[in-house]
Amino acid sequence: MKVEQISVFLENKPGTLQQATRVLMDANINIRTLSVAETADFGILRLIVNDVEKANTVLKENGFQVSKTPVVAVEVPDKPGGLHSVMEAVSREGVNVEYVYAFVEKSGENAVIIFRFDNPEKAIEILTKKNFTVVPGKKLYEF
Amino acid sequence: MFYNEEFETLPREALKALQLKRLQQVMQRVYHTVGFYKKSFDAAQIKPSDIKSMNDLKKLPFITRKDMSDNYPYGMFSVPMGSIVRLHASSGTTGRSAVFGYTRHDIETWSDLVARCLVAAGITKNDIIHNAFSYGLFTGGLGLHYGAEKIDASVIPISGGNAKRQLMILRDFGPTVICCTPSYALHLAQEAKTMGMDLKSFKLRVGIFGAEPWSKAMREEIEKTFSITALDIYGLSEVIGPGIAIECIEAHNGMHIFEDHFIVETINPQTGEVLPEGQEGELVFTSLSREAIPLIRYRSGDISRLITEPCRCGRTHIKMERALKRSDDMLIISGVNIFPAQIEAILVEIEGLEPRYQIIVDKAGALDALELQVEVSDKIFSDSGSVKELQKIEQRIVKDMQDYLGVEPRVKLVGPNTLKAGDKVIDKRRM
Repeated sequence: MKVEQISVFLENKPGTLQQATRVLMDANINIRTLSVAETADFGILRLIVNDVEKANTVLKENGFQVSKTPVVAVEVPDKPGGLHSVMEAVSREGVNVEYVYAFVEKSGENAVIIFRFDNPEKAIEILTKKNFTVVPGKKLYEF
Repeated sequence: MFYNEEFETLPREALKALQLKRLQQVMQRVYHTVGFYKKSFDAAQIKPSDIKSMNDLKKLPFITRKDMSDNYPYGMFSVPMGSIVRLHASSGTTGRSAVFGYTRHDIETWSDLVARCLVAAGITKNDIIHNAFSYGLFTGGLGLHYGAEKIDASVIPISGGNAKRQLMILRDFGPTVICCTPSYALHLAQEAKTMGMDLKSFKLRVGIFGAEPWSKAMREEIEKTFSITALDIYGLSEVIGPGIAIECIEAHNGMHIFEDHFIVETINPQTGEVLPEGQEGELVFTSLSREAIPLIRYRSGDISRLITEPCRCGRTHIKMERALKRSDDMLIISGVNIFPAQIEAILVEIEGLEPRYQIIVDKAGALDALELQVEVSDKIFSDSGSVKELQKIEQRIVKDMQDYLGVEPRVKLVGPNTLKAGDKVIDKRRM
C-alpha cells in the first residue's frame, strides 16, 4: 500500500532545481505532486511521479543524489477537517508525521495527502482499520 | 632591558661555542635515551662524538612533524614519565597528533624564556597582563602565564573567547599589556566599536601577538586602534612553545631567537640544503636545553628569513622575520594548526561518509572562518533522504572537528561529484 517517493538532494545554489526539472521533462516524466524541504545549505526535492524507476535512473545518470522513500497516500474529501481526521487517527496511536504535502484530484472532490510517517506499516494498518482510503502507489502514479 | 643580560648579550663567538658544547651534550643524551634517535643516527652512520664543530650539524638527519606523530604519544621522550610534570599536545586524532612533555627543569627554562620575551617588550612587575591566549593543551596560554609570573607581573588568565567579557575586563581591570592572536585583537576592536567603547581610553600600552601569520597592515591597524605598540612573539609547541623568539621594543623589527637555547638554520625545503643566513627558506630548530623531548634539526615548516645585522637593543642573538608562508599544507585557523589530512581522518571515521571534501578558509570580519564542503554520498542519502538525517551528519562533522581539532567549521553538504579531486584547500585570506 506504500507509495514510492523520489527524494533528490539539491545543493542550495541558483539553477539546481531547474536542472532537475529539465532532466525529468526531457525524459518525459510527469510530476504528480512535489514539495521542497530547505535548510540554509541544502534542499531535498520530494516527488511523486508517473514512472518512479525511470525518474530514479535519469536523475542518477545526470549526477543527482537520489533515493526512494516510502510514503503513504491518503484520499480525503476536499473540505474542512479532511486532513485533521487523518492526523487525529494516527497521533492517538503514537505514530509521528515527519512531513506532509498534498494535491487535489482532477475531479476536484477529493484531496490526496502524502505522508511520511516514522512507522508507515503501522499507519497504514490504523488508517485501513478506520476506513480511510489509502491509495496504492500504482493507482497514484497513474492518476 | 634584559631579563638575563649575560646570556642575551653574549658575544657571538662565545654564543657559538656554547651552542656547540650544548649540542654535543644533547647528542650524547638523545642517542642513549631515545630509540628513535639511535636508529636515525645509526642509519646516517653518525655517532654523537662525530660532532666536532657547528659545521657537522648539517650531517644530522632532520626531524619532521610526521616523526613526532609516528612516535605518538611518548616515543620521542628522553626521560621516564616520573620526571615529566606537564603534557601539552597538538590537535588531531590518534596518530595525527603529537604530545609534548616537560620536566620541572623544562618548565623553568620555558618560563625564563618567556620572561626574557616580556622584558624585551618593555614589560615589568608593575604591569598587568591580560592573557587571552587559550589555556589548555595549547602551549600559548600557560606559556605566557608562567613567564609573566616569573617577572612578578600581575596576570589575568582570561584565556580565549567571550569578547564582551574580555572588553569589560580590559576596561575595568586596566591591564597595560594584552597577549592574543592578531586576528583576535582585531575581533576585539570590532566588538568594542559596536559596544561604543573607545579602546584608546584604556590603559593598554603593549600587545604581544603570535600563533598565526599577520601582515604589516594588520599590525598598523592594531597599533592605531588600541593605541599600543604591537610586538611579535614566535614559538613552536614541538620545540617548547612561545618563547623561542621575540621582537624587542627598541627595534620593533624582527624577532630575536634565543640562541643559547636553540640553533636555527634555514634550508631549501625541497632539497634540504642549508642556505646562507639571510636567504629565505624553511626554518629548522634544534633545542639545546630541553630535557623531556630534545629536538635535533626539527623542520618547522615556517618559511622566513634570518636577519644578521646587529640590533640596537644590544642583544647579540640573530633575528628572524615574521613567517608568512609554509613549506607544507598546514593551515593556521585562528591560531590553531590544522592539516587537511587531519580533517580527512575525521571524515573517514563517520559512518557512510565518503571523504570527498573541500576546505575553504576565509575571513569573517576579523576572524578566520573555515567552511568544509562535503559531498553527500549514496550511502548517506539512500539510508535517509531526510533533512533531519543530513543535518545530523552535518552536526556530527562540526562536533568531531571541535572535539579533535579545536575549530568550529561551517559544514556545507554538496551534490555528488561536484568537488574536484585536486583542490582540497582554497585559502581566500589575504596576507
